[in-house]
Amino acid sequence: MSWLGLWVGSGCGAVRVVSRYDGECATVRIIPVGLRALLVEVAEPAHTAALVADLHRWRDRGGLAGVQDVVPGELTVLVDGLDDPAELAGRLAGWRPTSARPPDGPLVEVPVRYDGADLAEVARLWGVAEEEVGRIHGAPEYRVAFCGFAPGFGYLTGLPERYHLPRRAVPRTRVPAGAVALAGGYAGIYPRDSPGGWQLLGSTDLVLFDPARDPVALLTPGARVRFRDVDAGGGRTPRPGVPAATREIAASARPSSPARPETERGEASA
Amino acid sequence: MTGGGFVEVVRSGVLSTVQDLGRPGHAHLGVPRSGALDLPAHLLANRLVGNPPGAATIETTVTGVSVRVGRAGTVAVTGAWAPVTVDGRPASWSAPVSVPAGACVEVATARRGLRSYLAVAGGIVVPPVLGSRSTDLLSGLGPAPLAVGDRLPLGEVPGPPAPVDVAPTGTLAEEVTLRVLLGPRADWFTDDAVRILGTASYHVSTLSNRIGVRLDGPALPRRISGELRSEGVVLGAVQVPAAGSPVIFLADHPTVGGYPVIGVLHPDDLPQVAQAAPGQPVRFRVVAPRRRG
Repeated sequence: MSWLGLWVGSGCGAVRVVSRYDGECATVRIIPVGLRALLVEVAEPAHTAALVADLHRWRDRGGLAGVQDVVPGELTVLVDGLDDPAELAGRLAGWRPTSARPPDGPLVEVPVRYDGADLAEVARLWGVAEEEVGRIHGAPEYRVAFCGFAPGFGYLTGLPERYHLPRRAVPRTRVPAGAVALAGGYAGIYPRDSPGGWQLLGSTDLVLFDPARDPVALLTPGARVRFRDVDAGGGRTPRPGVPAATREIAASARPSSPARPETERGEASA
Repeated sequence: MTGGGFVEVVRSGVLSTVQDLGRPGHAHLGVPRSGALDLPAHLLANRLVGNPPGAATIETTVTGVSVRVGRAGTVAVTGAWAPVTVDGRPASWSAPVSVPAGACVEVATARRGLRSYLAVAGGIVVPPVLGSRSTDLLSGLGPAPLAVGDRLPLGEVPGPPAPVDVAPTGTLAEEVTLRVLLGPRADWFTDDAVRILGTASYHVSTLSNRIGVRLDGPALPRRISGELRSEGVVLGAVQVPAAGSPVIFLADHPTVGGYPVIGVLHPDDLPQVAQAAPGQPVRFRVVAPRRRG
């Protein structure tokens, strides 16, 4: 058994607390961010969802006074706007996920036409026929690990590691809204026209983000996602299979997408 | 909209936007917080005309803005210090100004600072998006930047203007010194980088905008050269992209980032960043968080 360190922010800098590894213990490293936020680093990506669920539970019970945003990242959860970060740091010091499986989010089914500009390249990199790409991409149930890059853009995990691909060497200046893409260990769907460097597999008519709709975003952290090939077995289905509450709205027209100004501010890229 | 309850844009300036307190609470969906960059100036402008803090104002950039106010009422200009005229006659800056119906309110080019705030009694009531009327230049949410001829509806006047002649405001320094709290990723940088950050003089780059203020100056060398896993970032984060010169994140900043954040500005120093014009010298002072208890 090894000893693992926990970093606990106490409002007066980082204090090192050592906790004994007992086989179940997940380490968290708690890092102060300015005066009113904490960045909580977890041991593995799957733990972010469990931590977010716990934080939401505490917030709903009136804990986490002042909190404005709980933002999962790849291996972290940012808690921003806290009145008393030291209090939360103390509470998180012994945190561990209550179950190995993250809580089940809503299931979103995404109808895809596998007609992407990089389909042949992806098939080549995977060493399969082009017709196989959709089957491979559509096989897993994905999870939204976190969002970023643009409103409604979810980073989806679940693709087996042997299919992970690098970003394109030269990003495109314009990727169309609804483009279904891959890069690194992630799958994703561009919510609107934007520049992007991911490999394009196909496209969907699903409207991923619409501020006038409830819910505004279909792919929220923790949501489960399945891709369905609309051209497989019986051609295109008229209505995208999304949760019942959003079905009609999702099938309606895409909202206007204002042009995004040129920015390269070290934001998460896609 | 009744009884001339609107303002019409006569001259838009280089970039004028509608701003309020922004839309925090949606960062987990990738939606930036947005909102007025010089928050105290926005709040003061609203207070001067009798508006609640969340009423929307117009945020200008360098060259001001000119609007025709459709109904008689009170206006106020705060933030960057700029000559103000009403129908060509000089009017007070940072004070409630009564204007007749149809008056043309002109905010000229800023003499000190970068962004002025024009509040009109009743506030601008363009349709809110996710609870805010702010223009978000990163994600395109909210109204488009103002263009000549735009008519912006005004809300109901909530109360009397503030009973003051001129409101006291902080002065805008020639060289700003910003307090920075190290972390969350200061350990990704060499000790030398932290020393450079605390001593070097940077200059605001012309590539700055509402998303971030890019600084020209010495690079901050990394100790860990690997790629950072994307993580949430906060307003005022001092992020260091691959080129090595820091970027200070402002209200339209991306919600997650993949470059390490060496430190975060003290929130009280954000208005100074909002008012720092390209070319302005900027220094950092590394501070420890105040001890609690």
